[in-house]
Amino acid sequence: MHLSYLFRGGLVSPFALKRRGVLGMNARNVNYIARYNDRDKYPIVDDKLNTKRQAKRYRIPVPELIAAFETQPSRKRVMAVIEPLEKFVIKPARGSGGKGILVIVGRDGDDYVKPSGAKVTALDIQRHVSNIHSGLYSLGGKPDRVMIEALVDFDPIFDKYSYEGVPDIRVIVFRGYPVMAMLRCSTHVSDGKANLHQGAVGVGVDLATGKSCHAVQHGVRIEQHPDTEMRFSDLEVPDWKELVRLAASCYEMTGLGYLGCDIVLDRRRGPLLLEANARPGLAIQIANGVGLRTRLEHIEKMDLEQLEKNVDERVDYSMDYFAAKPMA
Amino acid sequence: MSPRAQVYILAALLALMGAGLTIYKNVELGFPLLPGEYRTVWTIEAKVRFTADGGPAKAALTLPREQRNMEVLGETFSSSGYGFNIIREDDEYRAVWAKREASGAQSLFYQLDVHQTPGAALEQPLDLSTKVVKPLLGAREQEAVRQAIYSLVDTARQRSSDTQTFTTELLTALADRRNQDGNMIFGYYKDRSFVDVALLVLAAADVPAHRIRGLYLEDDRRRMSPEDLLEIYDGKRWVVFEPQSGSPGVPKNFFIWQRGGKSLLDVEGGYNSGVTFSVISNDVPARDVAMLSTSQEKEALVDFSIYSLPIEQQSIFKLILLVPVGALVVVLLRVFVGLRTSGTFMPVLLAIAFIETQLLTGLSIFVLILILGLWIRFYLSKLNLLLVARIAAVVVTVVILMGAISVISYKLGIEQALTVTFFPMIILAWTIERMSIVWEEDGPYEVLIQAGGSLLVAVIAWWVMTNRYIEHWTFNFPELLLVLLGVIMIVGNYTGFRLAELARFRQLVR
Repeated sequence: MHLSYLFRGGLVSPFALKRRGVLGMNARNVNYIARYNDRDKYPIVDDKLNTKRQAKRYRIPVPELIAAFETQPSRKRVMAVIEPLEKFVIKPARGSGGKGILVIVGRDGDDYVKPSGAKVTALDIQRHVSNIHSGLYSLGGKPDRVMIEALVDFDPIFDKYSYEGVPDIRVIVFRGYPVMAMLRCSTHVSDGKANLHQGAVGVGVDLATGKSCHAVQHGVRIEQHPDTEMRFSDLEVPDWKELVRLAASCYEMTGLGYLGCDIVLDRRRGPLLLEANARPGLAIQIANGVGLRTRLEHIEKMDLEQLEKNVDERVDYSMDYFAAKPMA
Repeated sequence: MSPRAQVYILAALLALMGAGLTIYKNVELGFPLLPGEYRTVWTIEAKVRFTADGGPAKAALTLPREQRNMEVLGETFSSSGYGFNIIREDDEYRAVWAKREASGAQSLFYQLDVHQTPGAALEQPLDLSTKVVKPLLGAREQEAVRQAIYSLVDTARQRSSDTQTFTTELLTALADRRNQDGNMIFGYYKDRSFVDVALLVLAAADVPAHRIRGLYLEDDRRRMSPEDLLEIYDGKRWVVFEPQSGSPGVPKNFFIWQRGGKSLLDVEGGYNSGVTFSVISNDVPARDVAMLSTSQEKEALVDFSIYSLPIEQQSIFKLILLVPVGALVVVLLRVFVGLRTSGTFMPVLLAIAFIETQLLTGLSIFVLILILGLWIRFYLSKLNLLLVARIAAVVVTVVILMGAISVISYKLGIEQALTVTFFPMIILAWTIERMSIVWEEDGPYEVLIQAGGSLLVAVIAWWVMTNRYIEHWTFNFPELLLVLLGVIMIVGNYTGFRLAELARFRQLVR
């Protein structure tokens, strides 16, 4: 987080934040994560291989897994897997915060091309695999597993809203009810990464329609993408209801009460679950310009009958109740 | 019960327990709450002198009995060539020195350290004889003396209501130089001391009484003789009187040596014997006094604590006990401010290293090792090593760097840099590794932020941990850790905003 961005404009009163229903980190940890997320369910989301397995069981579409290395793979095995591939992604199964993800979008002779156009050699890839396996990117430095995934064939709808990077949609699901959504667009400043604090644009997405309702970069509201100059007001996520439904069904899949789902749109397959997160961040509030707490508390007040509704009923309820209010 | 209520109850219990133990140690055992408190300790030396006959010699000195408002911190006996032991006689302790052959002037020493505590001087139920031996007064001129004594007693009795006031009256009359009867008595008993005469008159009045021998504790007094107080039995309990003024109660600075009229010193095989006393006062740190006085009673709280460890281990514990304080600082900064660090508790380890190295030296060494380590790590990453081997390589590099820094700075005459060894090497190596990943993934700016955040937290933790009050409390009142635990538990329940969030979410308000 850039310090200049942090302190420009000074501080606001905590009471004002409270009035606006903003959820703070401490309240998130104590009141939501600790209370609604059972520890024994964490492995389902913390290990992406587990997530994939579980998603298959619940028929939730995910990017195709090409290979997974449980043990330190030999050079030959790695090459045997990646040799026939044009595009692929190498990920640590237990990486956090998008660390250790290597995306290859094409080949150039013997080299592999990254989205930024930079080239890496086969040796670099093997080193990356070895690093992942040694636990460099995993929490606590534990030995990790390496997964090689097919690169998602991204729906071109977002091409104009994203610079060099992978646009994905984060939906917060609380007790099975989707409560808020945002689209993360990478920019030149963010170096193709979708992290808001590195300068990516957070676009709040209206749960009812899938249309953009608010967009923020560096904590400041913007109207158009800084690189492509596309207006966010024209943005509309296709297959929106299908996407929200996918997010809501992750509740049954993971059993986690407070959940963040990262979803990407594939050109042919539609929305795919990239990963689920048991400790989703709070930047989504900034992207939407709306606090989370009010929405979460609304769901906490529900009675048992309402909480036992099925996925479609929950999606309908959320899309209706959490529709964006027209901005003044 | 909700987890939240449990946390509060548990935290309150822990805090109460810790605070209770602390107060107990302060009030009952005398551990000072603030650093730098001093107490006066009196060193009293009794010197026994006599001239030996040349044959076997034996000297027995009555030792001071336990006194409520005086705490004996330690005693030493010195007696060159003498056999020494302590015997119990009636209800007194006596030091006995003995030698087969002794001739010429002999000196024996007994020394003790006492510390005054508030409270009454004497415990009451005392099994002393209340028998009164009437003085024998019969002969010719003694008739006049007897008259004088009884006239004194009668006058005092008329002017008083009970034994206590009677004694006061009697003593003031005796001390009054203009009193004819008094002068008459003293004239007859020329060779007797005031207390002897007072005891005689009290016996004539049928009041059980005896003498108390002791010393007034005043600084730098040498070759003093013991002084006497009077103790009388008023029918229910024993009351002490200062004989000259006749006022009841033990004088404030009076150290009681012997109660009852037996001899203070017995010497066999010698003559010209005598005891003299010297007193000096020292100011001693209050904690040492508390430690000395409790070690005598083997107080379980102290005996089964870190004080029972050897001094070397204690000084290690002094450092270890500061770790929880550092952890609290990290928790506070994380929960209330929202500072990001590389490795949650790494700053605490850094702070401990800073305590040993001094702040500026530590900071510069840390930054130097980090920069050099990162530089070497970048080269190592090109060599395609496995992670564990690479970190081990960084550890070795760090050790070599530390050695080099020590040697070079020593040659340059900067001795402080020798303390570089206190840096946690493995933690440093991991920090270097993590920082280099952050550098690759998020750029040098992020490295600067994280390293800066860690250093800031480490410096704040160092500042708190070197505070002399904190140091004093953690070491002398380790039970305060329970209070700290309670505080951490309550902080762990805080659901309000962090300071950084007030900036982060400000757009949501406007």
